[in-house]
Amino acid sequence: MSADTKQNLITQNTITIDGQEIPFQAGQTIMDAALAAGVYIPHLCHRQGLTPHGSCKLCVVDIASRSASSHNSNRRLQAKFAVDADSRSASACTMPAVAGQQISNNTPALNEVRKTITQMLFIEGNHICPSCEKCGDCTLQAMAYHLGMLDGHFPQFFQHREVDASHPTIMLDRDRCILCELCVRASREVDGKNVFAIAGRGINAHLVVNSASGKLVDSDLETSDMAAHICPVGAILIKEHGYEVPIGQRTFDLHQVSEIGLEKIILTKARQPDE
Amino acid sequence: MKNVSDADSNTAGTAGLIHSIIAKAYAESPHLLHVLYALQQQCLHISEEAVREVAAHLDLPSSQVDAVVEFYSFFHKIPRGRYDILFSNCTSCGYMAGGVDLMAMLGQQLNIVADNTRGDGLVSMGQTSCIGMCDHGAALLVNGMPIISLDVAMIARIAALVEAETPLKDWPSGWFQVDDNIRVSGLLLKDDLSAGVGLRAMLALGTEDTLSEIIQSGLRGRGGAGFSTGMKWQLCREVQGSAHYVVCNADEGEPGTFKDRVLLHSYADSLFEGMTVCAFAVGAKQGYLYLRGEYRYLLPHLQSVLVRRRELGLLGVDILGQPGFSFDIDIVVGAGAYICGEESALIESLEGKRGIPRVRPPFPVTHGYLGQPTVVNNVETFIAAAHIVLRGSVWFRAVGTEKSAGSKILSISGDCAAPGIYEYPFGVTIRQVLDDCGAKDAQAVQVGGPSGMLIGSAEFDRRLGFDDLSTGGSLMVFSQARDLLVVIVNFAHFFAHESCGFCTPCRVGTTLLKNGLDKIASGHGTRYDLDEMQRLATLVKCRSHCGLGQTAANPILDGLQRFPQVFEQRLVHRDFEPHFDLDAALGEARQISHRDDAAAHIE
Amino acid sequence: MSKIRIATTSLAGCFGCHMSFLDMDERLVALLEHVEFNRSPFTDIKHCGPCDIGLIEGGVCNVENVHVLREFRDNCKILIAVGACAINGGVPAMRNHFNLRECLEEAYVNGVGVVNPQIPNDVELPLLLDKVHPIHDVVRVDYYLPGCPPSADAFLNILGDLLAGKEPSLPNNLLHYD
Repeated sequence: MSADTKQNLITQNTITIDGQEIPFQAGQTIMDAALAAGVYIPHLCHRQGLTPHGSCKLCVVDIASRSASSHNSNRRLQAKFAVDADSRSASACTMPAVAGQQISNNTPALNEVRKTITQMLFIEGNHICPSCEKCGDCTLQAMAYHLGMLDGHFPQFFQHREVDASHPTIMLDRDRCILCELCVRASREVDGKNVFAIAGRGINAHLVVNSASGKLVDSDLETSDMAAHICPVGAILIKEHGYEVPIGQRTFDLHQVSEIGLEKIILTKARQPDE
Repeated sequence: MKNVSDADSNTAGTAGLIHSIIAKAYAESPHLLHVLYALQQQCLHISEEAVREVAAHLDLPSSQVDAVVEFYSFFHKIPRGRYDILFSNCTSCGYMAGGVDLMAMLGQQLNIVADNTRGDGLVSMGQTSCIGMCDHGAALLVNGMPIISLDVAMIARIAALVEAETPLKDWPSGWFQVDDNIRVSGLLLKDDLSAGVGLRAMLALGTEDTLSEIIQSGLRGRGGAGFSTGMKWQLCREVQGSAHYVVCNADEGEPGTFKDRVLLHSYADSLFEGMTVCAFAVGAKQGYLYLRGEYRYLLPHLQSVLVRRRELGLLGVDILGQPGFSFDIDIVVGAGAYICGEESALIESLEGKRGIPRVRPPFPVTHGYLGQPTVVNNVETFIAAAHIVLRGSVWFRAVGTEKSAGSKILSISGDCAAPGIYEYPFGVTIRQVLDDCGAKDAQAVQVGGPSGMLIGSAEFDRRLGFDDLSTGGSLMVFSQARDLLVVIVNFAHFFAHESCGFCTPCRVGTTLLKNGLDKIASGHGTRYDLDEMQRLATLVKCRSHCGLGQTAANPILDGLQRFPQVFEQRLVHRDFEPHFDLDAALGEARQISHRDDAAAHIE
Repeated sequence: MSKIRIATTSLAGCFGCHMSFLDMDERLVALLEHVEFNRSPFTDIKHCGPCDIGLIEGGVCNVENVHVLREFRDNCKILIAVGACAINGGVPAMRNHFNLRECLEEAYVNGVGVVNPQIPNDVELPLLLDKVHPIHDVVRVDYYLPGCPPSADAFLNILGDLLAGKEPSLPNNLLHYD
């Protein structure tokens, strides 16, 4: 076997993330392959087992272009703003893994981008951590800690958003919603219901409930639904179980958001009161 | 007691009316957007009750209907007036196009505030993104009908006609007359193909040769991205599916673009011919023309062309007697959403959903409408294809350049003597175009609309084509007298309004860019704010989900690079300026407490 | 060697950050070897003189907050936003859900147990802004110390860095928003 062929065989089913070679199977995304190999790529709207969404953009990575012939206009921009001239941006959670991809992930530049995107999520909603029951269990907050975010940086939007406390056991506080659609997908794909959707456009996009009154109480959401527990922030909370786990002993008091497989811990924890 | 029963019968009456509107609209066309349009037309809004009724009738989740109503600009949950007036806010056909604020003027005369419905329900007024009348000066839509070449005198007459409740059909008919303004004709505009000639040529060629002619012609998508049309068709044809679809993207929402308006109006036969050629090549039975809501006034004309083509055996079963070749075209009308010009968002809209761009890959060519292989092409692309099957790939290649075969139809507007439609061979210089349209003192040209590129006079020798200045056809000219910052601010507002809201960088970023530019334009920006614009604009461009976000910051980035002085001359040379107007923020408290002393103000 | 001069204040805040500052207990004695306090609730000095560091707790909710904040910005070489309210408006900013009239009517007209209901209009009272803002909406801010409140350790950490002439950085275990 010639060295060339051997090289081909090795690279056939691997991608490279930050210099580390990672195997993948056909049909896997970059995120799937990375998580399977224990490599953390920051993400908020992704959850294994649900259809990848690609909306939060925390999982942006740079993939090196194979051909060096990027467009003139891009070159102009890249030269000016010091973006790596021979790479393109992609969402790891939706981009299929392709043999030989050279991927940048955990770099200062990308983490700076991610921090800015996290700041955007903070200032667009009304995230008052001290008064939120999700504090310490909130993935958005943990992400901000992970990225070293000290402030929201941009002027706050202070949008008016509706609270829906109509349901006897579940509450919906849209102030904290980050439009990740995890609840939308969990309800449709796992619970076999269709409780949530996003309505509106642009900065006015908001979560709506599929019921005659538009209220949660008239929907078929139940406490045992995955959609009632999957919210990464404090937008959907189970009533009457607040602060059962004291501050200081919560998920992200004990774990880093970058630990792989944390989803199971978060879900188990959230569902515990019911079980 | 009497009041109660009145209220009951009223409620029952409303419910009955809603039900009958839905049933009638649904029978004519089951498309969600069309049913909602009928409701909006007749009830002047779409109530919660109507949303529930539609959901029940169409067997959709009420959340989906709700989501769609709130997504599209032309649907309203709060009643509009019996006269609903929408001014374009484009730099070429907007209410400021003549240098006077015509919307404020009409508002004053009708005693109405923008974005509101008057108390008596007679009239509502607001603004909307470019309505494609850029060659006709300031323009508006009244109940969906365009009125062009607005001036101060017309505004007064419009106010009087509205107050007198004069039916639209009795308004001066000349106001609604939208001429084509074709100034230079080339390959495609010389004549509309007479119905069927392209199809006969195509049948003579057969499927394989039709496809190979399109491939060999070098035709590339006219929407601006420039993917090989023949390649797209071939890829689509090779994909297995339960059905193949042909979709024409007639959602030209790019400000400054109006070529499709002219093509749909005067070259509809060529367009439908091209779509039918595509259907033949890829094996499609069904096609859709997705028409932007702003062009709804063209619908009767387009429908009549389709009817005539069916009568001529050019659409329907066994077209031109060819056994097994069956194809028909339906028209779906949008409802005010620029994003639906993005092909996967357009497909979502066709499926009766919000226009959210899909994750790609997979591409529409393999997973398009209803998940089936779908060709989506621009109006101009289909027309070119129809000509190519008739006249051959050599004829087409003979014009243009090596990488950009054929011609490009331009919509030229802004500061020039003769705005209108110009068809040029690819490779033409900007300078030539400017000379022809009578743009004497251009300082800048926006090539390809706000999502394209803003260039200055140093680059007027650059050429139109996929290898240099690619364009979907919009070309806006800005003279030395223009304040380019006003233009860039206008574009920033446009993108913030049209962002679909799916991904974080575009949803939040376009609004931050808009707010930041407003701060600078109002004379409150510092060097820090300008640096922030640059950083943010780069992030929005590089990290957004789809073409809208990836191009939304172009006017700002181009402006900062080529015309930095238009920003810098507006800066205040202070360390910091507050992000909001402090004194204005005290206004509400002053009003409530009836105070106006010195301590009730702040500098 | 002259001491580093520090000023502190609380705008629309609860003084919780100040209480937390004092939680450094006996370590305060060591700190005072290196710093002295100018305007601060700790000293009762009413106006800010030239200072090295200003610590601002609380958001900006009224016209007086703006004046105080500007005085600090004008006099402090380094301005630090301390705590959730200064950084994003915090709990006081929850009034931004309502318009000002609703807030005032709830407090002074319709509230439970209100006697002689009327919205105050004395010129001595600072007028309220229509919204509560983080301080970086009004002045340039140099550093942020998040927490509700930031722990005494976090205060010591940032002051320690600045005293040592280092760019402040908050270790992960001291970074929290609650």
